[in-house]
Amino acid sequence: MSDLLKMTATEARNSLLKKEISSVELLNAYQNAMEKTEALNNYVTPTLDAAKQMAVNADKAYAQGNAGPLAGLPIGVKDLFCTKDIETTACSAILKGFLPSYESTVTSNIWHSGGVMLGKLNCDEFAMGSSNETSIFGPAVNPWSKIDGIDLSSGGSSGGSASSVAAGSALMSLGTDTGGSIRQPAAFCGVVGLKPTYGRCSRWGIVAFASSLDQAGPFTRTVEDSALIFSVMAGHDPKDSTSASLGYTNFSEAVKSNIEGLRIGIPAEYNVDGMDIEISDLWKKGRAWLEQAGAKIVDINLPHTKYALPCYYIIAPAEASSNLARYDGIRYGKRIEAETLDAMYEATRADGFGEEVQRRILIGTYALSAGYYDAYYLKAQQVRRLIKEDFEKAFNDVDVILTPTTPTPAFPLGAEVSDPITMYLNDVFTVPANLAGLPGISVPAGLSNQGLPLGLQLLAPPFEEGRLFSVANAIEKQAEFLLAPARAAGDLQ
Amino acid sequence: MSVDKNVVKKISRLARIHVSEERSEMLSSDLGNILNWIEQLEEVNTDGVEPLSGVNEHPLAWRDDTVTDGDITDKVLKNAPEKAGEFFVVPKVIE
Repeated sequence: MSDLLKMTATEARNSLLKKEISSVELLNAYQNAMEKTEALNNYVTPTLDAAKQMAVNADKAYAQGNAGPLAGLPIGVKDLFCTKDIETTACSAILKGFLPSYESTVTSNIWHSGGVMLGKLNCDEFAMGSSNETSIFGPAVNPWSKIDGIDLSSGGSSGGSASSVAAGSALMSLGTDTGGSIRQPAAFCGVVGLKPTYGRCSRWGIVAFASSLDQAGPFTRTVEDSALIFSVMAGHDPKDSTSASLGYTNFSEAVKSNIEGLRIGIPAEYNVDGMDIEISDLWKKGRAWLEQAGAKIVDINLPHTKYALPCYYIIAPAEASSNLARYDGIRYGKRIEAETLDAMYEATRADGFGEEVQRRILIGTYALSAGYYDAYYLKAQQVRRLIKEDFEKAFNDVDVILTPTTPTPAFPLGAEVSDPITMYLNDVFTVPANLAGLPGISVPAGLSNQGLPLGLQLLAPPFEEGRLFSVANAIEKQAEFLLAPARAAGDLQ
Repeated sequence: MSVDKNVVKKISRLARIHVSEERSEMLSSDLGNILNWIEQLEEVNTDGVEPLSGVNEHPLAWRDDTVTDGDITDKVLKNAPEKAGEFFVVPKVIE
């Protein structure tokens, strides 16, 4: 049984093709793993009945020789993707009981390729948070060791997606990344997390947070697996007007590409105050690994890096305040009855939204209100252009940028919730890619002194995910990272 | 930037979120701190910089002006907290 959990998605796929294992066997192993790791609070809505049917269908497809590229592979889905007739809450009280009458484009691509849906995964409420602690279901827990007896944060917002893949209760999972919500939890849990180029994957059917920043992406145990599932997720969708008109690409080839001669940029501005020494050591190590693999290291500057976070904390809340206006107690979700329509809106939204979500709606409303629009929103949009131009200039001289994913390893639950700004600083290295629309990947690359995973981030120009996979693969090979969390469902290596 | 309780009152009204007296005190300090931190953006010279609303700057694609779905009243109403026939029910708006 545990041998099944050890397989990467690519290995499982090959074994399924050779009929050495069956989809149903694989699902049984994962179902068992989900039970064993229940205390990690990763699944908010397991969908094992549906999974069983999907696994049976996958086995039929293998028998008939027409199995899709993900057939029989057990996959978890962040509870931000609308899944037809399966409760979708965005981990918010306001959406409790919501049963979508449609399926998001990305999840529907996955199921059409034969993927087996294990269930909906925990996340921060409306994807707003960096520790999974704003979820109405309570935090998803990091499967790596505790510190001083306290559970560690899985990171966020896609905490359950990262934790489940790290703990072996999902072979792969889907998340979304608005400011780092895939890459930061991937780094905290020791798995690979990809945020694709803005426009690469359709946003249709994903609960909207900040529409100009949101992107869907996968969590996997290896870079090769990331390319496998990403090839299926990506693609043009007429239902999302911002989705790029690009045809199907198989990214699996890119993983194996040689990186000799590739120019790797090291941005000076990412040496921020308060960065752990072990993080900067790991960054140096990554630089050396890539040099050994034949890449050329180039020092670069991204002068507006420092302003990315404050810029993000105007733009994302502004878009959120507009997107979340739809939760009005009339069309779906929760309603608190009151005498007048306005009183009903106000009571419903006060009761249904959690503290952080309310805070961001209020900041966004303020930034967009008459008299403040120019000073805040317009200013932030101008700074956003300067940040994007920084990257455009840098990519004249380099092919890929290497940075740490996070300034610290995973922190204990409860450690950062009291001060919103401390929590926001988690995303200092990840936010710029969202503002500029760039693809980014976090690769597990080492352990902290306390034995916690650390990630390195790679950034590339728009639609150059292939380049990310090649370089990420080189890091993965040299890092020889061992996925061995204390609370895994079984031996994963 | 200090955000006093009147400002909190005004924006929570605009956002249609009820905020109690005691919470408005906490929120005014929270929001004030966040806005103070955000104000470092003022250091950046943005003279003549065109605002960027999204990275996708190419024009939107055209499509035929035809109906692509419809007749899904049941689906639209399925999740409504209160409905009557083919309608959403709201508190009385007109006297």
